[in-house]
This record gives sequence, structure tokens and C-alpha cells, in this order.
Amino acid sequence: MSAQEKRNVVAFEAIRAIYFFEMARFRRTLLQSIVSPVLSTSLYFVVFGAAIGSRIAAIDGVSYGAFIVPGLIMLSVLTQSISNASFAIFFPKFSGTIYEILSAPVSYIEVVVGYVGAAASKSILLGLIILATARLFVTFDIAHPVWMLSFLVLTAATFSLFGFIIGIWADGFEKLQLVPLLIITPLTFLGGSFYSIDMLPPFWRTVTLFNPVVYLVSGFRWSFFGRSDVSVGLSLAMTGVFLFICLAVIWWIFRTGYRLRT
Amino acid sequence: MPPIISICNLTKTYASGFQALKGINLEIHSGEIFALLGPNGAGKTTLINIVCGIVNPTGGFVLADGHDVVRDYRAARSRIGLVPQELSSNAFDTVWAGVTFSRGLFGKPADKPYLEKVLKDLSLWDKKNSPMMTLSGGMKRRVMIAKALSHEPQILFLDEPTAGVDVELRRDMWEMVRSLRARGVTIILTTHYIEEAEQMADRIGVINKGELILVEEKSALMKKLGKKQLTVQLQHALTSVPAGLAGHQVELSADGEELIYTFDPRSGEKGIASLMKQLSELGIEFKDLQTNQSSLEEIFVSLVRAAP
Ligand SMILES: Nc1ncnc2c1ncn2[C@@H]1O[C@H](COP(=O)(O)OP(=O)(O)OP(=O)(O)O)[C@@H](O)[C@H]1O
Ligand SMILES: [Mg+2]
Repeated sequence: MSAQEKRNVVAFEAIRAIYFFEMARFRRTLLQSIVSPVLSTSLYFVVFGAAIGSRIAAIDGVSYGAFIVPGLIMLSVLTQSISNASFAIFFPKFSGTIYEILSAPVSYIEVVVGYVGAAASKSILLGLIILATARLFVTFDIAHPVWMLSFLVLTAATFSLFGFIIGIWADGFEKLQLVPLLIITPLTFLGGSFYSIDMLPPFWRTVTLFNPVVYLVSGFRWSFFGRSDVSVGLSLAMTGVFLFICLAVIWWIFRTGYRLRT
Repeated sequence: MPPIISICNLTKTYASGFQALKGINLEIHSGEIFALLGPNGAGKTTLINIVCGIVNPTGGFVLADGHDVVRDYRAARSRIGLVPQELSSNAFDTVWAGVTFSRGLFGKPADKPYLEKVLKDLSLWDKKNSPMMTLSGGMKRRVMIAKALSHEPQILFLDEPTAGVDVELRRDMWEMVRSLRARGVTIILTTHYIEEAEQMADRIGVINKGELILVEEKSALMKKLGKKQLTVQLQHALTSVPAGLAGHQVELSADGEELIYTFDPRSGEKGIASLMKQLSELGIEFKDLQTNQSSLEEIFVSLVRAAP
């Protein structure tokens, strides 16, 4: 092994290449990537914030319009992270261009960092755009901006990893859409984006506590308003657990070459 | 000089239980053009994919420039460029984006003049900003070659580079392969066009049903197995082979207008000169002479047939 190869234990060039290649795709589809979430967020505010929200009492002293902002952002970040990352790795697999990644002098970790990094970056950007859009409709302050950003980044990273796993697991377009549709959408809608779980009857409140999205939304909402359904520590811990599970699955996938190398 | 690639007892059994490679041993010399021949399903692509890191081997090992392709994959793969058999491309990405990506992926710092030269050599420069989906099949194939060359590999694998490629482009590719070899790049190619191997390769390997049945210098192979034929076009048709020629392996064509003499140039047979002498002694006049050597194709077909 030459001296240069020894020093170059992390292939930064390769990570950069994957990251910017993926981001370039994002730029090319900038219009869909940005306009559609901005539009749908605006619609949410017109319907929930203005039309219905004016008839709903403030929750914990926060107006309903403002109350749904963190949940809405989380909803989009979550779904976009999954779809960005799952498509990013599914597509090369589907089109056959994955051969290049597999034959390149890169470690699995570098591949994951490149793809997941790009997918997470996109959805973080998206979250911030939705935040700015929401600010046009309702006024609110962010109590803990640093925590807010941390939750955003953590969620984007975790669910991009999750999306990456789905993209590797999926061997057809149906499967690629199955998980987001059948599992993620219900979980996000029942995750307390549009209500406080205190508003639910006790039985359902208990059921809800098995929904990981509840912890994300709750923690994220706390960073805005300083109030939460479950404790912030628990929110962080649950997100951490999910992140850890995803990392473990990815480690296993790459160790065994599952659905990548025959 | 140590071999640039050493393949040792390599086996591959796919998940389906199918054994695609049954203990391959092969050494590729630095700087040579090695042609791997074999019928469909022989295991050519499997072998290449293992060396390049796309398929995991079941047993045995491969060293590329002294580096184990599994344990020391980084060093091994950074030396290898691959043009796979199947065409694949990201439809919306431009040619330029594709080659810059490939170069970066292999850890090489950006080098526009070099990539420009690669694209120009492959007549792709005017297409550099075209999305892949707007290119023809032959152009896509060239882009895949450009991607493989983008990171300046020492070893280049071409898995059926000329399948579905027109005559002109095939010539260009041969030209390119030769100029790469002149720069010291080792080239391993598979092909079903035997004349291609015949024209290009320094050495030839024949693989059949997962076993390497022959590896030989091309010229030695041609000599060893290549029979020569002399066709004598007669002035006057004959009805049977004259008795005086019985000592030679001579046949008469159906119409009686040609005598066909088959001989092995390396065997101790009396050869053309003595045949000619006898023809003139017998007073047989002829219009023309033709010799030809059996092609690699014929050699190859007979080899594969003979294999169990
Ligand atoms: N992923 C796989 N799973 C199971 N069997 C496979 C797989 N890939 C290839 N094979 C089998 O392994 C054998 C060798 O295939 P391979 O692609 O290496 O052949 P080849 O020599 O490249 O053929 P061709 O000239 O058609 O390209 C074939 O019988 C094929 O069916
Ligand atoms: Mg093949």
C-alpha cells in the first residue's frame, strides 16, 4: 500500500462526489422539490390555520395556527427524507448504475454518508422553507432555536437512513411506496401533528405512546413553545433509539451485502 | 515481473445453488491484452464481476497488483476500471456530470483537461452537455468507457465492449484499446467476435461451464491448433485424386476443379514444395493457388465441443 493510500483512510473525494451528484439532481428538480411542499403547507394553513383554527381554542396558550407549525414541518421532513433517500439508492439499483458504486474504492460508510447526507440536506432545507412559509401565515417565536435545529437535523438524518434501508430492501416500485404509504403516513397523521395527545381519551393516549413520531413532534414542538406532550429527554432518547436501530440495520446490510452484492 | 492480476482457485456458487465458477486459476501479465472467450453462460461476467468487487467470491482469492480484492479492496479497486456488459445510465444526467462523478467516486481530484481528452478521444466532446437519455446505444457504450477511463485505471475490464456496436465504432474501440495498451494499461476483454480476439489479444483464455479450459499465447494457439489449407485451382477438372498424390492429405472438390491439401505447418510433413513438385511431375496444370489458416473461431468451436 502506498503512503498516499494509507493516509487516505476516508475517501472524502468519493463522499463529495456522491453528495454533489445527488444535490445536482435536487437542483434540477428544484421546482417540484420546493414548490409543492410550499403549496401544500400554504393550503394547510388556509384550511386548518384560518378556516378551522379560528374556531379551535388555543392549546396550552398557543394559537392553533401556530400549534400545528412544528408538526407540519416534521411531517414534511419525515416523508421527504424517506422518499429522497429511498429513491436515491433504489434508482441506481433499478437502472444498473449501482455497478459503479460497488466497483469503486469506497467503504459502505462513505456511500451511506454521501447518499444519506444529500437526502437529509434536502429535507432540512425543505423544513426551513416550510418554516419560513408558515411564518407568513401565523406569528410565533422559537423558544430554543438551537434545539429546534438539532431536532430537525436529527430527524432528517434518522429518516434518511430509514429511507436508505427501504431503498435497498425494495425490489420494485410498489415496495418502494408501500412502506411510506402504509406505515409512515398513518404514523405521522396520528403522531400529534394536528393535536395535543392530551386531547385524546386515555386509552388512545397510551396507544399513541408506541408511535415514534409522537416523540419527534413533541420534542420539536417543545423547541418552539417550551411545552411538550412527553418530556424532551424522552423525545431525544426515542429518536436516538430509532437512529441506532437504523444504523444497526445498515451495518448488517453492508456486512452481508444484502440485496447489493450477489 | 509479478502478474498484475492473480486469480487463485476462484469459485462462485450463486444463491440459487448454481456453480458459475469451478476453481479458476489465471494470471494476467502487466500490459497485455487478454481476451476471455466462451459461450453464453460460461462465467465470463461472473469472473470479471468478482475481480471488480460487484460479486462476492465463494472461495479462492484474487490479487490485483498485489492487493486482495476483498480484504484490501480500496487499493485493488482504485486500479481497476470496468465497462460492464449491460448498458446502464442515469437518464437525466449529462455526460459531463457522469464522468466527473466517476472520477470523484474513485477518489481522484478534478482534472478537466484530462476528462476533456477522454471525451474527445471517444468523440463525445460535443455531447458533453447532453442528458444520457438523448444518446444512442453506441454513444452510451462510449460514455461507459469514458467513465471507466475517467479515473485513469491501470487495469481495464471490457465486458463485451463491441456487442451491438457498428463496424466503424468497433474499429475506433480497437484503436483505443491499442493506444491504451501502448500507455501500459492492462486490458482484459470478453467478446463473442472471435476475429476481435484474433486481431487484438496477446493471450487468449477459453472458459466453458465455469472452467478455464485453455490459456495460451494467441500466436502459439494459432500455430498449435491452426491447420493450414492449400487450395489448388486446376486448369482441367479431375475425376479422382491422382494415385501419385496418395502420400499427401489431398481431397478433390465436388466439381473436380480444385484440389484441397490440408497440412499442419509445424508437423514434419513434406509440405507444399513436395506437393508442387509432384503436381508438375504428374503434368497437372493449375490456374491459381490459395492458402488459408483455420480461424480462432474454428479452433474455439472445436475446443468447446471437445470439452466434457
Ligand atoms: N445473480 C445470479 N444468480 C444466479 N445465477 C446467475 C446469476 N448471475 C449469473 N448466473 C448464472 O451464472 C452463469 C454464468 O453467467 P455469466 O453472466 O458469468 O456468463 P457469461 O459468460 O458472461 O455469459 P454471456 O456471454 O451470456 O455474457 C450463467 O449460467 C448464469 O445463469
Ligand atoms: Mg457476460
